[in-house]
Amino acid sequence: MIHSLFLINNAGDLFLEKHWKSVISRSVCDYFFEAREKAVEPDNVPPVIRTPHHYLINIYREKIFFVSVIQTEVPPLFVIEFLHRVAETFQDYFGECSETTIKDNVVIVYELLEEMLDNGFPLATESNILKELIRPPTILRSMVNTITGSSNVGETLPTGQLSNIPWRRAGVKYTNNEAYFDVVEEIDAILDKSGTTVFAEIQGVIDACVKLSGMPDLTLSFMNPRLLDDVSFHPCVRYKRWESERVISFIPPDGNFQLMSYHISAQNLVAIPIYVKQNISFFETGSSGRLDIAVGPKQTMGKTVECLVVTVHMPKVVLSANLSATQGTYNYDPVTKILLWDIGKLNPQKLPNLKGSLSLQSGAPKPEENPSLNIDLKIQQLAISGLKVNRLDMYGEKYKPFKGVKYVTKAGKFQQRLSEWLLVHTEV
Amino acid sequence: MSLSYSCNGHICENLLVMDSFVRFLKEREQEQLIKILSFLFYIFRHDDLKEMLDSNKDSLKLEAMKRIVAMIARGKNASDLFPAVVKNVACKNIEVKKLVYVYLVRYAEEQQDLALLSISTFQRGLKDPNQLIRASALRVLSSIRVTIIVPIMMLAIKEAASDMSPYVRKTAAHAIPKLHSLDPEQKDQLIEVIEKLLADKTTLVAGSVVMAFEEVCPDRIDLIHKNYRKLCNLLIDVEEWGQVVIINMLTRYARTQFLNPNESLLEESSEKAFYASDDEEDEDKKAEVTTLEKRKPYVMDPDHRLLLRNTKPLLQSRNAAVVMAVAQLYFHLAPKAEVGIIAKALGMFEPYLKSFYIRSTDPTQIKILKLEVLTNLANEANISTILREFQTYIKSMDKDFVAASIQAIGRCATNIGEVRDTCLNGLVQLLSNRDELVVAESVVVIKKLLQMQPEQHSDIIKHMAKLIDNIQVPMARASILWLIGEYCEHVPKIAPDVLRKMAKSFTNEEDIVKLQIINLAAKLYLTNSKQTKLLTQYVLNLAKYDQNYDIRDRARFIRQLIVPTDKSGALNKYAKKLFLALKPAPVLESPFKDRDHFQLGSLSHLLNAKAAGYQELPDWPESAPDPSVRNVEVKDSVCAERTVLTGPEGAGVLLLQTTRGSSNILFHVLLHHSHSEQSSGAEDRKRGRKAVKNQKSASESESESESSESEDESEEESEEESESDTDVRKNKTIAPSGSIKMYELLHRITGEGLAVEYCFSRQPFSPDPNMVAVQIQFTNNTNSETKNLHIEDPRLQSGMRIREFAEIGLQPSESVTVVMGIDFCDSTQAANFQLCTHTRKFFVSIQPPVGELMTPTFLTENNFKKEQGERTSAHSRFNTHSCPTDCSFSSKHLSFFSSYVVVTPPPPPSAPVYRFAGKTVSSGCLVLVTVTTKEGGGAQLTVNCEKMVIGTMLVKDILQALSQ
Repeated sequence: MIHSLFLINNAGDLFLEKHWKSVISRSVCDYFFEAREKAVEPDNVPPVIRTPHHYLINIYREKIFFVSVIQTEVPPLFVIEFLHRVAETFQDYFGECSETTIKDNVVIVYELLEEMLDNGFPLATESNILKELIRPPTILRSMVNTITGSSNVGETLPTGQLSNIPWRRAGVKYTNNEAYFDVVEEIDAILDKSGTTVFAEIQGVIDACVKLSGMPDLTLSFMNPRLLDDVSFHPCVRYKRWESERVISFIPPDGNFQLMSYHISAQNLVAIPIYVKQNISFFETGSSGRLDIAVGPKQTMGKTVECLVVTVHMPKVVLSANLSATQGTYNYDPVTKILLWDIGKLNPQKLPNLKGSLSLQSGAPKPEENPSLNIDLKIQQLAISGLKVNRLDMYGEKYKPFKGVKYVTKAGKFQQRLSEWLLVHTEV
Repeated sequence: MSLSYSCNGHICENLLVMDSFVRFLKEREQEQLIKILSFLFYIFRHDDLKEMLDSNKDSLKLEAMKRIVAMIARGKNASDLFPAVVKNVACKNIEVKKLVYVYLVRYAEEQQDLALLSISTFQRGLKDPNQLIRASALRVLSSIRVTIIVPIMMLAIKEAASDMSPYVRKTAAHAIPKLHSLDPEQKDQLIEVIEKLLADKTTLVAGSVVMAFEEVCPDRIDLIHKNYRKLCNLLIDVEEWGQVVIINMLTRYARTQFLNPNESLLEESSEKAFYASDDEEDEDKKAEVTTLEKRKPYVMDPDHRLLLRNTKPLLQSRNAAVVMAVAQLYFHLAPKAEVGIIAKALGMFEPYLKSFYIRSTDPTQIKILKLEVLTNLANEANISTILREFQTYIKSMDKDFVAASIQAIGRCATNIGEVRDTCLNGLVQLLSNRDELVVAESVVVIKKLLQMQPEQHSDIIKHMAKLIDNIQVPMARASILWLIGEYCEHVPKIAPDVLRKMAKSFTNEEDIVKLQIINLAAKLYLTNSKQTKLLTQYVLNLAKYDQNYDIRDRARFIRQLIVPTDKSGALNKYAKKLFLALKPAPVLESPFKDRDHFQLGSLSHLLNAKAAGYQELPDWPESAPDPSVRNVEVKDSVCAERTVLTGPEGAGVLLLQTTRGSSNILFHVLLHHSHSEQSSGAEDRKRGRKAVKNQKSASESESESESSESEDESEEESEEESESDTDVRKNKTIAPSGSIKMYELLHRITGEGLAVEYCFSRQPFSPDPNMVAVQIQFTNNTNSETKNLHIEDPRLQSGMRIREFAEIGLQPSESVTVVMGIDFCDSTQAANFQLCTHTRKFFVSIQPPVGELMTPTFLTENNFKKEQGERTSAHSRFNTHSCPTDCSFSSKHLSFFSSYVVVTPPPPPSAPVYRFAGKTVSSGCLVLVTVTTKEGGGAQLTVNCEKMVIGTMLVKDILQALSQ
């Protein structure tokens, strides 16, 4: 299945290679580099690249390309899912998945990769099993190891491997037993130039951090489970209980994990928390234009909108922007042609506004293509879909755990299409 | 030269020379200098590492190995360290050992002789009592690609395949393809191992062995037969990667073994009785409506249904590969009506149209795919919305995407006649776009559209003719010229003028444009030679001296063809026919067409080219192969499994041999609902029942022939029988999702590693029919053996009795199931006793729910009424209880009851009465349950029993079950 893996950074440096079968020369990556160059943007690199003797399946995450080499038929999604799992494992182990952390922990990375695949077929991908085999690095442990010469590698088979619940290890013990759930919702939306919703949906996940002793059996129920129409679960969740009773019943993995993800489709009305009024226009003559953007609250359910950022991709001919913002700071990058306005907290009493002039490449015709405006925001203590956790019950253990649920709403792929370029005739 | 100088050992004496030399190099060839220095460093460092590896300290060895692994990771060559590293293969420090393994696997192929030194260490490792060490020894041994050790590997794999630890067996499965790729001649022996491992019952092994099967012998479908049902049933508990491989393999299997469900569309009518749940019935009805034109009755093989049913819940997996695997399975195997679960063909996607709207930030390939989906979803109803959406795409900054959008508009226009003019007008407007690429792409698409009905669009052709002055993109110019030439009769005045302009600019045009100019000239010459004769000759003369031989060639060819000379051949007469023949309009096709023959979601499907190792998806067979090949003898499979049912006097074996009569578990089924998850249990049972139904078809037919009851009753009996079989099956696998509730007897923490669970197996306890059978499962979670497990010192209420199980022992990680009998004296008092191991004693107790104290019995309706009458009048001990009003006696409840009715009176539609009969295990006292449904919802429940307490508790439990 998966023959080899190459990690390549954004600059095109190949900084790690691992082979699970016989060694494949890294020159196979030349085909990847070719495709990478052609794609311009890293996101546009085709996920599957065909070379005369191999297939390269790659993902791009955290500014790293994970390029795997395949020789025979395999479902491409299988490989892509696996590569994501590798990236998630790194993140889990080192706090972040970046070139630096991978290079710093190259031995652990190698040990992990060795355990995750055998002969190209996944062997152990469950985080808790891996953590029993290879302990994650901590400062304390590395100090102790240097002094005592003990190692990071487990000597016995992780208990999860043999049990019916491979995601949980046995003998977990905590002095403080706690279970936290984060309901995170992202609004994916396309608004037209007037702010009317063309399309909107909610992508939600419930992230859990469960630190409970023993073998707790949890049941999470919602006030309004009917909201969720397309759900996918961590393997620990019992499908049947969900189908029959609409409750999430599970024996949790130990630590952080994603319990479920869901999707609330366009059929349901999705609340749009803010509105954006914008007017970007270019003059027929004079190589200049005007920009005026104002943001205000719409359906915020009485909560404060934070971390508000507006990003505009400008046409190529825009050289610079001379603007003034009533709140926050703006920055125009003339290379990437991206105007970024970091507003921060939205104050309903004093609405933020950004306006001023744009200067264009002289002599260039008025741009015809439409830019688009992307919005980023965050609302604490609110799940925009209205989803509410009803209760969390624990069975199988006697102690009383501390329980907590947090809600947060973010903008996902939240885009407003801009008005068409207005023809403004001026007599200069 | 510089290298030899610095290596001659007189560096000190020649420092000055060296210095100047270095300076010289710095100036001249800095790069080379760096190379030299790094080479020196390289040699030194390796010496350093060798020293560390030879030291006595593990910490130094570890440090050295870490550096070496870091070199390997960066792709640096570390092969010269092989002798120093391989010495440490038997190092005590496990991390050093692991890193040595990493090194060894990487370089063994290059250093075969030295690698052999390590083999004996692994052979020793294979015998280690620690399963992790056994497994990793096998992993490394099988990863060393040295042909000499093939026999050793083969032996190791064979041994590991029968290892006690499922983890080692899994590793054996992984080793099979490794050995196969090293030495394909071992195939036959390896297939034997695969066959053995396919029979393995653990979820851990299933995925890996199917993977081995797919790589080594994917055509040996016959190996799957006996394991098919097991694989289907294990599937949900297999790890996600294994699920993908198994589902893909089973898709292929199903295509060879079952009939095409869409060939003659008659849904199984016999099946309806099996799974009579609400939604299922609806589906059946629908299917029946559509199948009026049946050719021959199609009955879906229950095994086919089993696969569809067991894969469906996996659609909710978090793993996209699993979801895709299920989706492709439904696409390739399910009846059309059910494919909707994944997405009812295209109609199903329609409500999600907007999910495919494109954002400017999407990667290009996603944009193109979404565009493709939108184009395919376009129909008369939504085309205006889609076109409006497409219009915004044309203003995108991504030019490839704009071009694709214009093509998509063209495809919509060809597919949906109503909007053709709208699209065409839209595209014509784009012709005045400032962006040349947009214009060019539009011209190309318009050209194709116009070919469909040129008569009506001469104005557009005129408009395009005018564009030739402005458009510079060669492809667009060529397209316009072709259009004018082709429809020159529609623009008789403009065409010659265009040719005049083109003749003027001919020499500066691109080749494809030149070819079209020649083409236009030829066509005009044939239709309007008076005006264009000279122009044509001029163009042909220019072409004659063109640099491109294609153009010279074409010019020569056309001159010969169209200009009549005395030498010109017979073709001249046909020139007009040749050039101005009616050409069929092009079909605007999806670039994603023509890949249907590949299995959906495969690499080959994505690339539209067969990848190495791709297994063709076979066509459905004409007639179904023998389904009995999948039958498995239940007894065998249980013995193979080692869930040893060691009960007193072979109770376990008897348990498995249960046939009809002894296993009417009506009451248990009924009461099971009061103790465990109601509907999920029912679902489970149904599924299992169906699985077993087949499995046991032999014994069933036997029982049916024996049956002397009326037809109705015998059918019922077999219902119940398969019901009991399900439970037998459950007992075998002890699935966590089993329908029989497991109770905890001893938690693994309090039991210091010994976990004990029990359940009421609802089977008669053969040594003493007055006892309730309690099945106890022991799991040893420690690393040491647990010996002499037995029961001591039972403390029981008077009259209660216990029949202990024979003493047993447990290996580490082993799980053993035993059966014991308890006579509870028809009370729900707990039985207390001590569970003893060779070291410890634990106090435990078993308390039965009331339902577990009963066993079903059979009464005819008349007998039932008679008994009921006696009890009501003689003892007046009955409980009547109206169901709460909010708990209407719904069809759901009915369907749940209906399968288990012992006495079936022809139920009058208005107010049916359901009767259930059973007796207590200990004293054989009759328990009669009557449910009378009332019109307008609600029902009345009556329990008749001599034992007051039992009756009351039963009412409580049943009501609780019903109100859930």
